[in-house]
Amino acid sequence: MGDASHNFVFTDGERPVTDAVREALAPRFSVVAGRRSRTVRRTWLDTFDWRLHQAGLTLEYVSGRGPGELVLTGCGGERMTATAGGTRWPALADALPGGPLRDRLEALTEVRALLPAARAASSVTEFRVHNTDDKTVAWLTVDQMLTPVLPTRLSVTAVRGYQAQADWIARRLATEPGVTPGAVPPLDAVLATAGQAPGQYTGKVDVTLDPAMPARTALAAVLLRLLDTLEANVAGTVRDVDTEFLHDLRVSVRRTRTALKLGGDLLPPGLAAEYRLAFKWLGDLTTPTRDLDVHLLTFAAGAATLTSASPADLVPFHDHLTRRRRLEQRRLARALRSARFAKLTSGWRVAITELKPPKRGPTVARAAARIIGRAHRRVLALGGAITDDSPAQNLHDLRKRCKELRYALEFFASLYDPAAHRQAVRELKGLQDTLGTFQDCQVQQQEIRVIAGEMMAARDVPATALLAMGDLSAQIGRRERQARSEFAGRFADFASPRAQARFRALATDTSA
Amino acid sequence: MKILATYNIKGGVGKTAAAVNLGYLAARDGLRVLIADLDPQAAATYLLRVRPRVKGGGRALIQGSRELDAAIKGTDFENLDLLPADFTFRNLDLMLDATRKPTRRLAQLLRPLAGFYDVAFLDCPPGISLLSESVLHAADTVLVPIIPTTLSLRTLDQLTDFISGFDGHRPAVIAFCSMIDRRKRLHKEIAERLPAERKDVAATAIPALSMIERMAVERSPVAAFAPRSVAARAYAQLWAEVRAHQP
Repeated sequence: MGDASHNFVFTDGERPVTDAVREALAPRFSVVAGRRSRTVRRTWLDTFDWRLHQAGLTLEYVSGRGPGELVLTGCGGERMTATAGGTRWPALADALPGGPLRDRLEALTEVRALLPAARAASSVTEFRVHNTDDKTVAWLTVDQMLTPVLPTRLSVTAVRGYQAQADWIARRLATEPGVTPGAVPPLDAVLATAGQAPGQYTGKVDVTLDPAMPARTALAAVLLRLLDTLEANVAGTVRDVDTEFLHDLRVSVRRTRTALKLGGDLLPPGLAAEYRLAFKWLGDLTTPTRDLDVHLLTFAAGAATLTSASPADLVPFHDHLTRRRRLEQRRLARALRSARFAKLTSGWRVAITELKPPKRGPTVARAAARIIGRAHRRVLALGGAITDDSPAQNLHDLRKRCKELRYALEFFASLYDPAAHRQAVRELKGLQDTLGTFQDCQVQQQEIRVIAGEMMAARDVPATALLAMGDLSAQIGRRERQARSEFAGRFADFASPRAQARFRALATDTSA
Repeated sequence: MKILATYNIKGGVGKTAAAVNLGYLAARDGLRVLIADLDPQAAATYLLRVRPRVKGGGRALIQGSRELDAAIKGTDFENLDLLPADFTFRNLDLMLDATRKPTRRLAQLLRPLAGFYDVAFLDCPPGISLLSESVLHAADTVLVPIIPTTLSLRTLDQLTDFISGFDGHRPAVIAFCSMIDRRKRLHKEIAERLPAERKDVAATAIPALSMIERMAVERSPVAAFAPRSVAARAYAQLWAEVRAHQP
């Protein structure tokens, strides 16, 4: 609904900013006092993976006099506000007071919590810019940032319907000595004082490799990136900020294990074997909490599928899951604070940063082709042997091999044509989704059986809850059978001659 | 979005003053408010210091070639926007007549704004016309300023009879005594008696005050430039009463 602002930095030490603006705009516009100047404290909020920033949005919690206010602004001029006094950060968007702003944030952040990205204190003064009818056509905001100390910032924001006038004002101001247009957004400026930038975190393996570089050097770069991601997610997992910290940590562990398995022969003898065991310990530690997270995250959707029971009947089951998760999370947090974990990560960092390229060895292009080719052949062989009568374990094994192939594609993505790579990943993802649903359904049904036993043993369950859990298990079983019946079609797509040709093209040495 | 229309067949009874002051008070309460000035005389537009011009004129708005949203201007007050009048609005009747369902057209045009405003005040020109019929169909509540005379009451009855003949949606009617001259015994008597006798007449009456006339000099709602005045208090009381009537 709003229009875009124009931002400037004011660096003229000779005269007050208001004098400069008045001189620049007279006689067409006059500048008059608006709201009184005030000291405001600003906390910029975003998810750990910068979902708002990626969507071109900035969320600030502004407090000063009166109740705190959340302000969401977009680079296209979108602006939404809501009072949010008393919110403790980090917080999930659903903990905010109801309204359009919360709806917008919930859709963007999903399961991720909002947490402080930066903080600042400013003295803010607002002026009205009047036309010759004494009508306010724009707001001029003078923002003197006190902590951290930054140059005075000016912004011109059009009153609705007066964007042309605001644009004229901005053009005129830009010609004034000491006024520099195009100030970086305040969040960027504040983060820059600490050597940071918004959007820095990504869970992706964004390593750029040169096809001709030694494979060991490339693998070390990938492993280092994975370790960075793993470590970046430790604090959030320990503090249990949101479920995605553990998810990203766990994926980093899995990727590391895959890299060691598929590319271990590129490393010095013994190193991969030693750390594969260490990372298996870490991976196993994360499994119980993550399984419960998946269960709880899909709980409402599962409860909505009940046919004979009411979702309310599942409350004791939900409570039990929540209690178990709390215990498992504590156990996990203890392990992540342990000396064993610290030794693992620090030792691993030293080991991979000190890796020297071997005197003789393949290029990464060649090694990548070999690794992807082998992983692809394994998936084809294992999947091709699965029939309607195959045991569930075969599908689980195939799922693991698919993950290995997917991770291998991610490690070496920068070596390939992006479109061809994207297509290969898309085909694999279709198969992975079906296998994932099958596996999740199996795990959840198993958990329901175990928990029902525990609740019975503790005499802590009403009959209605047990019946509802049975109903839920039946619905999950239905989804599991559906995924099982979809498997053949999905695999046929993945194994089609055209898809195979695409993978074979990827699995050729790009440096040859 | 609640749609409140200030309407009377007669002119000069305080419709615009009511729309501007109640709109301002609603915005001050934190509601997102739009005032739509449908009167080609553009009095509300003038009072809010906006120039009375809409690109493409009334025809572009009624035909839908220009969305209402694009014609809206921010006022000097937080949460208060204005759809300014344009001199071409004198032909809104003819423009509406050229549409398929003229009496429903205004409601249709306002619908896309529902997510952005909590309240819209429609300030209507006097007279009974296709435009006023369209306004009555769009409104949830019709605010009718009446000068306390027997003839004014007759026109109020005509209006309520007319609305009761609507199929489906019928707006609520809240009349209020306006421009009360305290020196006139008849005014005083009717203003005191009416709210007791009729459910559709508000208890609050707006006196004839020079402070209200001063709005045209200040070009501002009375509560913005004279917040403690009798006039500002009267409008605040009226707004409280109108707001309490909203479901």
